[in-house]
Amino acid sequence: MPTDLANDLLELTGEHLVLVLSSMAVAMVLGVPAGILLTRRAAPRKWLLGFASVVQTIPSLALFGFLIPIPFIGGIGPRTVIVALVLYALLPIMRNTFVGIAGVDAAVCESAIAMGMSDWQLLRLVQLPLAAQTILAGIRIATVATIGTATIAAAIGGGGLGVFIFRGVASVDSTQILAGAVPAALMALVADGGLGWIERRLAPA
Amino acid sequence: MPLVEFRDVGYRVDGKTILSHLSFSVEAGETLVLLGRSGSGKTTALKMANGLLFPTSGEVLIEGRSTAEWNPIRLKRRIGYVIQEVGLFPHFTVAENIGLVPKLEGWSRPDRERRVAELLEKMGLGPADFLQRYPRQLSGGQRQRVGVARALAADPALLLFDEPFGALDPVTRRELQLQFLELGRNFHKTAIFVTHDVSEALRLGSRVGLLVEGRLETIAAPAEFRRAQTEEARAFLASLED
Repeated sequence: MPTDLANDLLELTGEHLVLVLSSMAVAMVLGVPAGILLTRRAAPRKWLLGFASVVQTIPSLALFGFLIPIPFIGGIGPRTVIVALVLYALLPIMRNTFVGIAGVDAAVCESAIAMGMSDWQLLRLVQLPLAAQTILAGIRIATVATIGTATIAAAIGGGGLGVFIFRGVASVDSTQILAGAVPAALMALVADGGLGWIERRLAPA
Repeated sequence: MPLVEFRDVGYRVDGKTILSHLSFSVEAGETLVLLGRSGSGKTTALKMANGLLFPTSGEVLIEGRSTAEWNPIRLKRRIGYVIQEVGLFPHFTVAENIGLVPKLEGWSRPDRERRVAELLEKMGLGPADFLQRYPRQLSGGQRQRVGVARALAADPALLLFDEPFGALDPVTRRELQLQFLELGRNFHKTAIFVTHDVSEALRLGSRVGLLVEGRLETIAAPAEFRRAQTEEARAFLASLED
């Protein structure tokens, strides 16, 4: 039995990590450019931030439920879970990217433009480095939240540490619940600490 | 051909007139000071010289060509720009700040290093002490000196100054003004300098232009400007006697 538990623990932790890492990768690839776009174009600002905020208010179990019947992205299994986790992670990443860049000292941006930087150079040499800390803070918040939310994936067959928790709840077995909850909590702590450390190192010199 | 020429320039935004019928020219080697109260349009006029803003009527010519026809990036790289808030890049060292435009222009590293050291020397900042410092490790006056060095870095044809010494204490301001005059004598640079300080205008300008509500009211050499009889000119000159 203990070896069974250990094997399960290893496998489910692996699944959980894959869910979190793939969701975060997609959320970053979408969220950072979306946040940058918001600093360049005022028109979609309200719309995009509004959409991401509304998504945040949907309870996760309900969001999984909504997604299941949708063709291509829905269904039972990890894909639906990843879509949902990406939607949740989008707001903090997109908002922090936008806020970080918009918060760069206007005089610094003006002199960069006046010195003849192209918009791309302004972004790459000035705005992104100066906003890096804020952007990473958004990624950290999103990662920690995603690790927690991903435990609900088990409800729709997405696997991960939530499998332990659901199993434990169903059989009133607190050992099983703890086997899911404790590694998830540790993972969140490690992610928070690690990303927090990088964040501090990115502080403008 | 004048280096800079404003031809009947007007600027309206949101139904408000910021500048109207502004015409003047700046010859190579001279320093034109635009003097005026806050909101008189002097900063707006300055920003038209390097294409940060474009006139809504009339045109601004640089080296005989309208700013609308210039490649916007080429134009800005030919013109040095210094603002009151300095706007140094906080994540770059002094050396990186000053060397930025040369780097964007593709200068080799040794050329850049030589140029940066030479400029720091000229601004009275020992290169050994200052090259590797970050802007937050500088005093206000040192920051503004680095700002001027940065504007001079790629040897621009024209320099624009937007109240660069406005935030400094009187002693440092005076030092920088003297340094500015010396630079003018040594480099024969052409400059447009915006200020609301009439004594600074008279000290630094080879000509002083007085802007009132977006119109150029008086434009004259300092000695002549002191005798100007218009109401606004008298008001500014009165502040000299305090």
